[in-house]
This record gives sequence, C-alpha cells and structure tokens, in this order.
Amino acid sequence: MNFKHISLAINLIGITPLFAQVKDSISSPIEIKISEVLLRGKITNTFNQSLENVIVQYDDLSFEAVSNIDGSFEIPYKENGNLTFYIEEYEPHQITLSNSDFVFIKLEPIGDLDEIVIRTNRRSTSRNNKDNLNTQTMSSNELLKAACCNLAESFETNPSIDVNFSDAITGSKQIKMLGLTSPYILIAEENIPSVRGASQAYGLSFVPGTWVESIQVTKGAGSVVNGYESISGQINYELLKPATDIPFYLNLYGSTDSRYEINTHLNEKVSDKWSTSLFIHGNKRVKKNDMNHDGFLDNPLGSQLNVMNRWQYLNQEKGIVAFLSARAMVDEKQTGEVDFDPTTDKLTTNSWGSELNTKKIDLSSKIGYVFPDMPFQSIGWQNAFNYHEQESYFGLNQYDITQRSFYSNLVFNSIIQNTKNKFAAGLSFTYDNYSEYVYNFNAQNYDRIDQSYGAFFEYTYDNLDNFALVAGVRADNSNRLGAFVTPRIHLRYNPWEDAVLRASVGRGKRLANIFAENQYLFASSRDFLINNSGGKAYGMNPEIAWNYGLSFSQTFRLFTREAQIIADFYRTDFQNQIVVDIDQSAKNVAFYNLDGKSFANSFQLEFNYNLATHFNLRSAYKYYDIQTDYQKGRLERPLQAKHRVFANLEYQTHLQDNGAQWKFDVTWNWLGKQRLPYTGDLSANNQLADYTKPFSTFNAQITKVFSDTFEIYIGGENISNYQQDRVILGAENPFGNEFDSTIVYGSIFGKMYYAGLRFKIK
Amino acid sequence: MKHWILTVLTVVGFALSTHAQEKKNKNAKVDIEVLGNCDMCKKRIEKAAYTVKGVKSAEWHAEDQTLHLIIDENRTNSKNIQEAVANAGHDTKIGESSIKAPNETYNNLHHCCMYDRAE
Repeated sequence: MNFKHISLAINLIGITPLFAQVKDSISSPIEIKISEVLLRGKITNTFNQSLENVIVQYDDLSFEAVSNIDGSFEIPYKENGNLTFYIEEYEPHQITLSNSDFVFIKLEPIGDLDEIVIRTNRRSTSRNNKDNLNTQTMSSNELLKAACCNLAESFETNPSIDVNFSDAITGSKQIKMLGLTSPYILIAEENIPSVRGASQAYGLSFVPGTWVESIQVTKGAGSVVNGYESISGQINYELLKPATDIPFYLNLYGSTDSRYEINTHLNEKVSDKWSTSLFIHGNKRVKKNDMNHDGFLDNPLGSQLNVMNRWQYLNQEKGIVAFLSARAMVDEKQTGEVDFDPTTDKLTTNSWGSELNTKKIDLSSKIGYVFPDMPFQSIGWQNAFNYHEQESYFGLNQYDITQRSFYSNLVFNSIIQNTKNKFAAGLSFTYDNYSEYVYNFNAQNYDRIDQSYGAFFEYTYDNLDNFALVAGVRADNSNRLGAFVTPRIHLRYNPWEDAVLRASVGRGKRLANIFAENQYLFASSRDFLINNSGGKAYGMNPEIAWNYGLSFSQTFRLFTREAQIIADFYRTDFQNQIVVDIDQSAKNVAFYNLDGKSFANSFQLEFNYNLATHFNLRSAYKYYDIQTDYQKGRLERPLQAKHRVFANLEYQTHLQDNGAQWKFDVTWNWLGKQRLPYTGDLSANNQLADYTKPFSTFNAQITKVFSDTFEIYIGGENISNYQQDRVILGAENPFGNEFDSTIVYGSIFGKMYYAGLRFKIK
Repeated sequence: MKHWILTVLTVVGFALSTHAQEKKNKNAKVDIEVLGNCDMCKKRIEKAAYTVKGVKSAEWHAEDQTLHLIIDENRTNSKNIQEAVANAGHDTKIGESSIKAPNETYNNLHHCCMYDRAE
C-alpha cells in the first residue's frame, strides 16, 4: 500500500492534513548545497526551435544566466535547486534539480495548456480549483500572522470571516461568517464538532493557536458527514499530528495589555508506529486595564491552563491510522469595576463585578482503516467525550452550565464502479446532558438531555475534468428536533481555464442554546424574557434555515504576475429562528420564535494579487444585508456593518539557506456604520445614536526569523488607536435598571503592542 | 495408509491451488507504461481507461510515464485498457506487449501532447 493511496482514503475521515504536512515539508525549501559543477542545457519551444535570451534563474536569486542563440545555457549546479526559465510570450517553467545531467527544456507559448509549474510562493491561504466545496485552507503560516493566541483570533487575516472586537466581560473575540454568528457555523476539531452547546460562545478561545496545524473554512451548507447543524458554513481545524510534529517547540508572548502566554510542545516518536505529543498552554492577564477611564476593566483579568496529550498510531503497510487524545483545561476570568474584589464583593451590590470560571475535559479517539488493494475504500470511526463546566456571575445575575456530551461517527468511503463515483455513508450519534442554572431576577433551571442518531449518505461525481457534484442527505431522529431530513448539494464547474464556478444549496437545523450563546447579555440589567410557545427548547422551536450560494473565481495574469478575483454571493433564509430582540426596550432582551422573515444576504468581492516576488496583496469588499422581522417590525441586525473593506499586505525577504528571513504583514479593516440597538427608553444621558460612525483599524506584524530554530516577532493591533467612545451605559449605577456593558462595536482597550518568540528543535 | 493420506492431501492441495488460479482478483493492481506529456494527456489517458468497464481506479503520472490501475479481473483485462488508451492516441506497453496508437490519432493530438515516440 503506498503512501499516496492512504492519504486519498483518509482524506474522507478528516486525517488528510497529516499527509498534507508531510508533503509541505517536502516542498519547503531544503538546504541547498552549492558545488563547482556546472549545469548545462538547451531551451527550445514546442516546435524544437532554439530560444535565445531566456532568463535562467534560481528561485533564491543566487545565480542567473541567459540562453545563447542556439538555446544553450550554463549555470552553477545546485543540488535540489529550483530553476526557473522565463522569457516573454512563453509560460515560465520551473524544474527542481536532482543531478547535473544535461537538461532539455521545452517552453510553451502563453495561452497554451498546461502542466507547467508556475513560479509562485505557496500562499498561506489557498483555494483549490478542484475542490467541490467553497473551501479555503489556512496553513499554520497564516495563523502566525495574528497577534495571539487562540483560534478566534487566527481569523483576523482571513476575509471570509469577520472577527468581532472582544467584549469587556470575557475578553474573547467572536467570529461571524456570512454575517451570522458562530452558533450558525459548525466548528469541528478534526471533524468532530467541538465548539457547540455550552462552549458555543467562547469555545474558540479554548483552543490555543499554536496547537493548530491548519484550518479549513467552507462557506455555505457544507458536507452532511459532520452533522445537520451548520447553516452559514463549516470551520474545521486540524491539530498538529504527533507523527510529523517536531520534538520541541516553545512560544512566549507578552503584550502591553499585560497578557502573557506560554506554549510548549513536546513530541516523541515512541516506536516506528507510535508517536505522542504533549501540548501545554498557559496564559495570564495580571494587570487591571482601564484605558477609557470609565471605572470598568477593558479586558478581564484571567488565567488559563490547557494541557493536551495525543497519541498517534500509523501503520502504512496495514493502512491503519489512529489517534487518541486527552485534554484538560481550567480557565478563570474576572472583570467589572476596577475596585471590585471577588472575596468581599461577589454577588453583592458593593461594586459590580463578574467572574467566569470554566473547566473542560475532552477525550477522543479516531481510527481509520484503508482496505488492502483498495485505496479508494476506507472506514473511519471517531468517538468523543466532552465535559464542560462553567460557573459564572455577572453582577447579581448568575449563570452555571454543565454539559456532558458523547459523540460517535462511523464513516464508510468507497466507490460505485470507479473512482469517478465516490460515496461516503455512515451513522452518527450525539448525546448531550445539560444542567443549566440561571439567576436573572429569579432562579430558573433548564436541565435537559438532548440526543439524536442519524444516518447519512453523500455521493460525489467527478468527471475528472471540469465538473463535479456532491449530493448529500442525512436522516436524523432527535428527542427535541424530531425526525427530519437534511439535504445538501454542491456543484463545481470549470467553464474555462483557471476559472471555477461553484453553487450550493443546503438545509440546516439546530437547537438554540439561548443562554449559552447570548450570555454576554447577562452583563447588563436586562430582564430575560422567554416567550414560551410550547416548543421543545426553552419552550421554543428549533431553528431551521436554507442556505444558497454561488461563487465564481478566476485566476489570471496581470502584468505577468498572478492575480485572482473571487465573487461570492450567499443567502441564508430562516424558516424559524430564535429571535434575540434587544430592540423592544433597552431594559430587557426577548427571545421568541420568528414570526415573518429573517434572512442574511452576503456578497463578497475578493481580489488577490502578487505585486512582486514575495509581495502579496489580499483585499475584499463585503456587503451584508441581514434583516429580521422583530416584534417591532423589520430591522437590520444590530451591531453589524453593512459594508466592510479588508486589505492585507504581506512581504517576505528571500529565504536564506539556514531558514533566516524577515516577514512583514499589515492588515487594514474598514467597517461602515452599524445600527445600534434601541436605547430610547433610557434616561437621556444613556441614549445612543441610531448608528455608529464608520471607522477603520490597522494591525501590523514583523517577524525576524534568525534560523530554522529561532524567531522573534513584534506587532501592534489597532495601531491607529480607534476606541469606542462609550462602552458602558449607566456606569454610575451598575445595579440600577439602565446598566448595559454589552453594546460593543469597536475596540475598548485601544492600541496594543506585543512581542513574542518561537524556539524549535527539529 | 500414510500414502493414502498424502495422496488426498496432494489432490486437495492441487484442487485448492487451481481454484485459486481460477478465482480472479476483483481489485488487481495493474501498471501500464503509457507515453504522454502534460495534464491534457493525463485527462485523455485516464478518461480512456475509465471507458473500459471493470476499471475501478486509473491514475496516470507524467514522472514515471505509468498508468496505475485497479481493475476487476472478472470484467476486464489489461489488454482491453491498453487498446482503449492506444486508440485515444497514447502508446502503451506492458513488458514486451506493446500496443501503439494509430499514427493518424497520434498526429491529431494537441501539439503539447506530441510525446516522443520510441524508434
């Protein structure tokens, strides 16, 4: 059984990046030895005519030569060197040298097909024209561009995902996709749904960024294999794999908002088949920050200890790969008024404060088996147990939730007749035991058990050329959602060279965990009004939505350099939604079943361009039209910019033989005006305007890589120091009925600088 | 007695081995040397291979000039595939048995697919 075949099959159970990583490490620059040997060759066109004046160049620019009238050239030979040939009107051609034998190079006229390796750096975020779903893959290089520190923040350089400003209570950043918040995104860790239920709001901040190997972001309905819950998209993140990880990694980080982090990874290859990794993450914010002098902390004091141990078994001869993972985490946060002291002031009206303490234990196993002699046929089985316990209070409001979950998913992949027709079929089971205690003007208990089991089938047709179809359906039976069917279809068509047209339609259905998802609202004096209409989740019905998407992308050459244009349009249509209404009154929040329409239209135009060697631009314009029929009438979703502009520039110097390099990265975000929630029933000094003003923010980072083992980085977030002018309403009387610290649309802390280092032993 | 047992064993063993010979592999790995140059060739070669019923998987690599196949031997054999690929314009070879593309078909290939024909 060869390597390639395993990777093919394991792909479908979500263990691909293991192999992808191996490939990456092969394609990444290898130390180049220079010798005195000369490489000689001859360059012709496809009609065997000699080409004169062809530039012959190593990709590290170390040597350059020009071909003679008879097409011949000579250049010093470098083992494993990448040699590129270019001349006007012909496609550039690249070869990797493995010996100094005479080479014959045939160049093809531009506009001809195909096969030629084009000289580009590997982008840290990439789309594959052959992917059937609208999926972007972000490599770990992309993740390094964000300041810090956890998964939520790693999307800051990705135009498809909007990262909100951290709220003052948890200091965590929430993400949105197609204008919808994370509950509508299926977030999975190695294809096991991970950020859900009790961890829905802050789960991303419990995944340290350095643990992550790559992230796949899929817009639209997504595959049925991972469940029925996704509505606006799917995010899957792959953790570092023990079999391919480096023996030691250390990352230290500190910032001017007094947050410190340490990440250590240890890896050991125990035998030729077993390997193990131990990840330790700790972070702490030690100092109270109140940059806007409103008497409240801008970001919480806190600490987190997060430890994970993974074991990987890899037997390539037998086609077996398995993972066992165990993780434990303790996270503590304190925020509120600057002089709040939890030992004396907790749940009193001495001063307003909040604590949020979370404990998590996760255990999971995965096993994949590829049939001998049938690389297209495999079985994958994954199981996960999660325990999540949160105890918290916000002033006098209390919120405690404990969730015990078990998830199991069995997938069988094979073909029908031949590999043009593939399918995945399987069974899944989910069990969630919640105990939920809420104190908001009175004590309430929402203990419950949710369970569902289902079967799915997904058929993929690929004509191996320019058309593919993925049609999936699943049938599930849940004690709260009932028995239902989830259909999803994706199409890919390549109408001409370097162009991709994708379309998708799909249905999603989910239970809204109204408190867990909206718990930031506890940091206000709002009264939670739940409109019990006899449904099965908090007396309300499940959320059901259809998502329709169309995407077109074209890669082309602009002034000889690669450019890409992507246009995406997605619409999400809710049949039912749990409406979170903060517009009836500033003194309450109402939850009720949608009566009427609720939709989210999003349009994104993305332009990416390779401005010069190692210099890339990524830019996007985003338009969101998100409206819901509230009890008061149809309104735009509050705190959502209708127009957004994003631009990112990255520049890297040439990679030296020892891995040394400079990297520069700048991100600019512009947000148009956002509708503010209704504040008309508050006293005049606490009333807000109808809309925020547009504003923009800058982030920048410089990394100095000294060698393959050591690098340092410094950076700034929000360098232009944009600050939301007023964060807290009713701050003078936090226990009165006009207190609200939840209306956050911009940065609270203002500009922030950070520095860090990375040390690796390979 | 001993002799008798030995005879039975030999007969059974023989029967089993002939049975094994008759039983054809449903997932037989077959490699065919196929000449070609580019991605266009790859598409053409693989498409041609898939037109043969019983071909489960077909992957052609330019580096090793080889078409890697998994076929159901009950339904087809390597010669059928060689013929299909040759008819599409690409010369094929397994060991000594080579099946070449008709000259006319070869001459009509896109010029980037004009691989060097042996001899």
